Amino acid sequence: MKQTDIQFDQNGLLRHFLTIDGLKRNVLVDILDTAENFATVGTQQVKKVPLLRGKTIVNLFFESSTRTRTTFELAAKRLSADVLNINIDTSSTSKGESLLDMLRNLEAMHCDMFVVRHHQSGAAHFIAQHVSPHISVINAGDGQHAHPTQAMLDMFTIRRHKQDFTKLRVAVIGDIMHSRVARSEIHALNTLGVPEIRVIAPNTLIPPATDSMGVHVYHDMEQGLKDVDVVMMLRLQRERMQGALLPSEHEYFETYGLTSEKLKLAKVDAIVMHPGPINRGVEIESAVADGPQSVILEQVTNGIAIRMAVMSMTLGRQTATEGKAT
Amino acid sequence: MKLLIKQGHIIDPANSIDGVHDIYIANGKIVAIGKKPDGFKATKTIDATDQIVIPGIVDLCTRLREPGQEYKGTIASETAAAAAGGITTVCVPPDTDPCIDTTAVAELIHQRATAAANCHVVTQAALTLGLDGEFLSEMATLKTQAHCVGVSNGLKPVENILVMRRAMEYAASCDMTVFLHAEDPGLSNNGCAHEGVMSTRLGLPAIPESAETAAVSRDLMLIEQTGVRAHFSHISSANALQMIAQAKQQGLPVSVDVSIHHLHLTDLDIGFFDSNCHVIPPLRSQRDKQGLQQGVKQNSIDALCSDHQPHCADAKLAPFSATEPGISGLETLLPLSLRLVDENILDLKALIQKLTVEPAKILGIDAGHLSVNTTADICIYNPATNWTVNAENFVSTGHNTPFADWELQGKVTHTLLDGKIVYQS
Repeated sequence: MKQTDIQFDQNGLLRHFLTIDGLKRNVLVDILDTAENFATVGTQQVKKVPLLRGKTIVNLFFESSTRTRTTFELAAKRLSADVLNINIDTSSTSKGESLLDMLRNLEAMHCDMFVVRHHQSGAAHFIAQHVSPHISVINAGDGQHAHPTQAMLDMFTIRRHKQDFTKLRVAVIGDIMHSRVARSEIHALNTLGVPEIRVIAPNTLIPPATDSMGVHVYHDMEQGLKDVDVVMMLRLQRERMQGALLPSEHEYFETYGLTSEKLKLAKVDAIVMHPGPINRGVEIESAVADGPQSVILEQVTNGIAIRMAVMSMTLGRQTATEGKAT
Repeated sequence: MKLLIKQGHIIDPANSIDGVHDIYIANGKIVAIGKKPDGFKATKTIDATDQIVIPGIVDLCTRLREPGQEYKGTIASETAAAAAGGITTVCVPPDTDPCIDTTAVAELIHQRATAAANCHVVTQAALTLGLDGEFLSEMATLKTQAHCVGVSNGLKPVENILVMRRAMEYAASCDMTVFLHAEDPGLSNNGCAHEGVMSTRLGLPAIPESAETAAVSRDLMLIEQTGVRAHFSHISSANALQMIAQAKQQGLPVSVDVSIHHLHLTDLDIGFFDSNCHVIPPLRSQRDKQGLQQGVKQNSIDALCSDHQPHCADAKLAPFSATEPGISGLETLLPLSLRLVDENILDLKALIQKLTVEPAKILGIDAGHLSVNTTADICIYNPATNWTVNAENFVSTGHNTPFADWELQGKVTHTLLDGKIVYQS
């Protein structure tokens, strides 16, 4: 119990955002609704709201990222916070400095929030467990564990197109095994009441206990795509050809790549999603990625609103409670 | 010094003693049980009324961290922790730094243990030179000159099966027991958690059950071929245990132990990345835990062990997979074992057997029993004491335990080594 509670403060408000696993439906809906309010900020002439003025947010990236880091940075700036980007070369760990030491140093600079991406599962939890009480931590992707803001921006995008989660059939296709996005998406879809979640991939890319997460496993695109409302593609890392997980990109595209032909098996109004960056011709055909059913660029736009929502909820919480006290 | 342990309830499975008797000790040896020897005048008396008196516990796998990792623990600190746990003999695996592939290292450990005088320490010699899995160590020399009680490659699997075969053949001709850590490194693939529900949910690099069963099956074939006496250490999966039990039934000279945490915890205890639950072999499924408990019940598991691995705090302060595996287990071995009796998995006599005389037999040493004229290595505990585990109170310098805040029953009150009180609560 106390372990899931780590995401909430003593007043039951969201303090850290580390994983979807264990969060209740109302929290997710809250995030989606808040993001809805922020969605228009980007289209205004002055793209700023003063919610987090005076707060310092540190983007702590132990793993390279363009899209996620940029949208977090934009989100923070649109909330009027000061942003510090720190890209930590993984080799600095070989210099002997522990993660905890690095954290203490950053804390000494009086920051209010860490947005963390790290190559090890559990890194965001670890950091959240050890930061000073006034600091919030947002998980921007930890190892193969979770990427909760990506999942929420995907839910936001789905809701804008499909409204009712409880009537949907969703397929997640690709490297489930190594995907933190897939894990977070599955938790979010289940929590929001999606009745049928399918994962489609060869056995080598599906962890053995995947069905315990509440999904149906398919190995065949034809069967798996049939009548789905949402098609969520995952990025295939090139290094998966090593370690005997797959024979070749060619064969992968032939069997699990999303083509216009295969997409016809899904519902006519099905939407196609991808967390990016896309490997054209490996997991998805260009015609589909750029086609009318694709919402891939919308996802990027929505990412800013979702991250604004999560940042304002976790950091704004302090101003709110301080306000109450006086 | 003449010592009298008065009115304790003695349980000594080796001698089929189960009742309230006095124990008379002189010159470090038990001189009588029950009947007072003529002219015996105790210089000290321990009143053991309502206490249980058992042979000192023999632990099959204890890392003392010296030489090489003195910042985690020393021979003095960890043998004192053993004494606090009622343990009077520990067996040290060869993966010290430098490893025990020379007599000098074994002798250093024995000398410092003798100087500390908290607990008897026996050592396993390295199976291969530097534990590198390539060349044989000087097993015969390590046995005759440094008194190593067996050979093992520590936690490093011998990948080359031909080297393993030769090592077993050679160990057999030296009449040495080979202690095996069953892990196929290809299948475990640098994993850190059992491949199952938790590794899937948490996205942790996983170690499948087959990493253990494949290694057990390979090693069983070699044991059959070479005729070597072998012991499987800390088996973690129900299927591997079944394979070993079957081989034993068919007459193969094998034995097996399980570490106490595998009988109480599963992968679910990892929760949200509790690094104190990071152990090798990993905590496995509920089904495996039940299978191992069943093995204890049906006597296919010969011994229980602490698999003591003390760490400094830093070793556990990192994201789960980057932490070092292991539990500081000496001081919780007995109470966690007693819990199995409470859970009706086995009776007290059978339990004490698996903590004393059976592990002694596996090591080929004369210990684990309370016979007259033998060394007085004795553990006295109060079966009624309830206590809450708090690592801060550990004698061990390793405070890494997943059992913090567990309420346990049974606490050691006295530990006697060679007739001397080395621990008293």
